Amino acid sequence: MNEPFPPGAGRGEILSLDGVSLWLSGREILHDVGFRLHAGELTGLIGSNGAGKTTIFRVILGLETPSAGSVLFAGHPRARRNRSIGYVPQSLSLDPDMPLRARDLVALGLDGDRFGIPFPTRSRRQLVDEMLEAVDAQGFAESRVGKLSGGELQRTLIAHALIAKPRLLLLDEPLANLDIRSEQEVVGLLGRIAKEQQIAVLISAHEMNPLLPVMDRVVYVASGRAASGSTEEVVREDVLSALYGHHVDVLHVHGRILVVAGKDEVHHAEPESAHTVAPRGLG
Amino acid sequence: MSAILNGVFEPGFFASEPVRVAVVVGGAVALVSAVVGVFTVIRGQSFAGHSLGDLGTTGGSGAFLVRANPLWGFVVFAILGAGAMELFGTRRPRARDMATGIVLGAGLGIAALFLYLGTTESSTTGATVTILFGSMFVIRASMIPVFALLSVLALAIVALLYRPLLLSAVSEDIAHARGVPVRVVGVLYLLAMAVAVSLSCVTIGAILSTAVLIGPAAAALRLTKRPGLAIAWAVVIGLAVTWLGILLAYDSYYWPPTGRGWPVSFFVVALILVVYLLADLASRNKERRAGARALAASKGLSGRARPSESPAMGAG
Repeated sequence: MNEPFPPGAGRGEILSLDGVSLWLSGREILHDVGFRLHAGELTGLIGSNGAGKTTIFRVILGLETPSAGSVLFAGHPRARRNRSIGYVPQSLSLDPDMPLRARDLVALGLDGDRFGIPFPTRSRRQLVDEMLEAVDAQGFAESRVGKLSGGELQRTLIAHALIAKPRLLLLDEPLANLDIRSEQEVVGLLGRIAKEQQIAVLISAHEMNPLLPVMDRVVYVASGRAASGSTEEVVREDVLSALYGHHVDVLHVHGRILVVAGKDEVHHAEPESAHTVAPRGLG
Repeated sequence: MSAILNGVFEPGFFASEPVRVAVVVGGAVALVSAVVGVFTVIRGQSFAGHSLGDLGTTGGSGAFLVRANPLWGFVVFAILGAGAMELFGTRRPRARDMATGIVLGAGLGIAALFLYLGTTESSTTGATVTILFGSMFVIRASMIPVFALLSVLALAIVALLYRPLLLSAVSEDIAHARGVPVRVVGVLYLLAMAVAVSLSCVTIGAILSTAVLIGPAAAALRLTKRPGLAIAWAVVIGLAVTWLGILLAYDSYYWPPTGRGWPVSFFVVALILVVYLLADLASRNKERRAGARALAASKGLSGRARPSESPAMGAG
């Protein structure tokens, strides 16, 4: 890959991965993964479960060290302790008795990594209020975090990540377990955040269609390999077939994109269908 | 008026040296246990807390056998136990259930041996009850500085780790990503828990120490949704049940069946149960009322379609 500008210098580049490979217990989890994230852009990290999306997040967060390749944050090797990266993990399940309101969780985003007891100040409260407003969470700011709905918790966690003023926001499967309405709310919110606050947003998802309206770029992951670019550049039969290592069809249906494995795949899948074992009795 | 007071505080309550020591030491232990306990509950480490108490029994009985102060036995073994837990991991309790059960069983078995050897040699059977169920009235005043020092140590650790503990209780992944040394925080917290449990082993007994650690905290979590208030409530409940327990135990010398008095630990643990049940009832009532209000509001909205009638509940 030729880079027309020096790393970190050009066009609001926030993060660059180059030739990243990762071996864990004798297995190659990632192979030669490379892509770039830019300020103000929303990028979708798309792939099926087990394709390597979460591992890519762990590499970016510095929780895994690549066996080969480089990870540069704003042109510099990533520091272990980095407040410039906000992170929203995959579906949290919180105890309903956890003594923490949505507002407290947002405040923890400000200084939850600091030692000692926090002192409530006017400016601190104001900042939390602004953040709650930004994600439209005033309605449930005083509710216990363990009693929030999936969409409400997701918005609270986004506010928690945003309050530290990150330059990069990572969200691991934020749309999983959301109903259609909350899904659209969260997607719209994330698109707005990327543009208004000029931060790079990376969202992992196994289904790209909900993200299509706001997604500037896509990183498509399959069995530890990745292809990146605009949706038109990447989500094509030749590119994805090369990535998967067998033929896939890309169908456009009413503005939605369907990626369908070729005939061979369908045949392979058939013996696994449940017909061979008939359910017996009512157990 | 003074007749009523005399009825509540039986004669000699405030003049008694053992009572004064019990009030001071019991209060300090209640304070530490409540503060540490709130985090034990929200981190889901209640079982670890109980295990530390069981291992403390082994240490306490061993110390008794060699004529050392049981407190040091409790402290040393609880801290060693905390170290072992950290080594083997407490995160996946299901996978460790059997190993933990066997180790704890062995610990209590050794405690039984120590107590048997210790008591038959000196024929002081009271020691068994003291180690297992505690007795605040036999603590010597000279031990107060040691209790104070250990209490300050445990409280200082929790104060230092307050925010990282909350953050990692929400999500260890987020805490890790933010650069919180999650493992170090976990080890230091286990140390604070070991100290809190050893202190309550002396006052309330090794077997019952979990009740003082978990009970007030669990009741407090039912009463409030704010972290600071939860700690405050736990402290108030812990102090109230401890001091009331001491008072009842002192008064019980005048109760049937004989003038021997009932154990303090019984009263404290019984009061904790009562407070927890009351707190649970209160929170259920509150939820039911909030639910009814939300229902009424939504009915009013759909019935007449007047948005002004639905107060902003934020319950959706």
